[in-house]
Amino acid sequence: MGSWLRSALAVAAKDVRLELRSKTSLLSGTVFAALVLLIFNFARDPTALSALDLAPSALWVTYAFASIVTLNRGFAVERENAALDGLLLAPLPRGALYLGKYFANFVFVAFIETVTLPLFVLFFNLDLSTSWWGIVLVAFLATAGFLAAGTVFSAMVIRTSFAELMLPVLLLPFMVPPLMAAAEATAHLLGGRPLSEVQGWLRFLALYDVAFVTLCGMTFSFVVDE
Amino acid sequence: MSADLEQARRIVRRGAWLTAIAVAGAAGIYVMALSFTPPDIRQGLAQKIFYVHAPAAWNAMMAFTLVGISSGLYLWLGDPRLDRFAAASAEVGIAFCCVVLTTGPIWGKPIWGTWWTWDARLTLTLFLFFLFLGYIVLRRALLDPLERGRFSAVVGILGMLLVPFIHLSVYFFRTLHPQPILMKPSSPSLPPEMLRTLLTSFGVFTLLYIGFVTLRYGLALALEAQEARRHA
Repeated sequence: MGSWLRSALAVAAKDVRLELRSKTSLLSGTVFAALVLLIFNFARDPTALSALDLAPSALWVTYAFASIVTLNRGFAVERENAALDGLLLAPLPRGALYLGKYFANFVFVAFIETVTLPLFVLFFNLDLSTSWWGIVLVAFLATAGFLAAGTVFSAMVIRTSFAELMLPVLLLPFMVPPLMAAAEATAHLLGGRPLSEVQGWLRFLALYDVAFVTLCGMTFSFVVDE
Repeated sequence: MSADLEQARRIVRRGAWLTAIAVAGAAGIYVMALSFTPPDIRQGLAQKIFYVHAPAAWNAMMAFTLVGISSGLYLWLGDPRLDRFAAASAEVGIAFCCVVLTTGPIWGKPIWGTWWTWDARLTLTLFLFFLFLGYIVLRRALLDPLERGRFSAVVGILGMLLVPFIHLSVYFFRTLHPQPILMKPSSPSLPPEMLRTLLTSFGVFTLLYIGFVTLRYGLALALEAQEARRHA
């Protein structure tokens, strides 16, 4: 188990190091998320709809789109110079390879989410002083959920000719349950409700995470092995 | 090669026969529902759409369940017949889903007073529809048949796991936010005439499903044979 996890972390570290050298994905993902938040603000009629009513859905739509943009890159970098073949030749269990890719995607998306959360507070004029850690917990669980299937699909779509379009078509139905849970929980927390009130949603998200990470890890070998 | 093509032709012919019988049966259902079944006291003629709607919904769910099961078996056994069946079942499931999603609002407008409501069942059907649309689009986008089989099987299995989660989330969503629906369809114990028509309709629609899937399976086989001949 120890070596298994170490292999996964090695794969994740490789991806993070690669990204830190080019920074293209992180930078464009962050800018993209900030722009979506900005557009949400201009699409809202402030006299008709209060910021608090729109905030949870705006936040989660932004996070969902930013994740898709980031996921598109995850395996595209492996396609260049057939780097994926090298990874597959390495003595690496497929489950560990999946987990490594999953961790790396999680680090990228978590980074984008962390950077854009203050912008979200600023644009929507919110007070997160009491609810911020609840929202961070919800974001952690929901992101962990939809990246599970997202990582598998991103490995699939690079084999098609229109990967950028294929990924959202496949992934969005899988994003629905975690997004619905996250948006609901966020709405409650922003409304000043205690964390205990969203416990049902948190449990639901945790269950989704465990179920999908397990099944995706198990089926991943069918996606990468010839 | 031509043996494959001959087999495909036989399967298509069988599928066409089954479909023809089922279509005739569906026409019979209309006659039965309109002339020999009493109208509902409260819903009037609008209720007749249930003889199409409910069996189509049942078949769509069955089609998608079978996609999930055969996907799992395909990854385990690697038999191309399972993959072909899953693809055929997904396409036919989408067709039935279209029937469900069009007949539902037609009934909903006069009875509920709205075309659409985010009720748990409606939402689930809609997302299943999109999920399997994605499944078909992925299949079309992959050229290598082995890759296509493996990838779509993975999507099929993950889709199976997704269904209970979508159901649970929309259920939660509604229980946390109770919204009164003007009139909910209760499940009345049907009078025998209605039950007879409904059960016949279920049978006919299931036959239609089998006919369509057989047709689609045969066509897939013919396409593969043709492809193999071109590469040979």
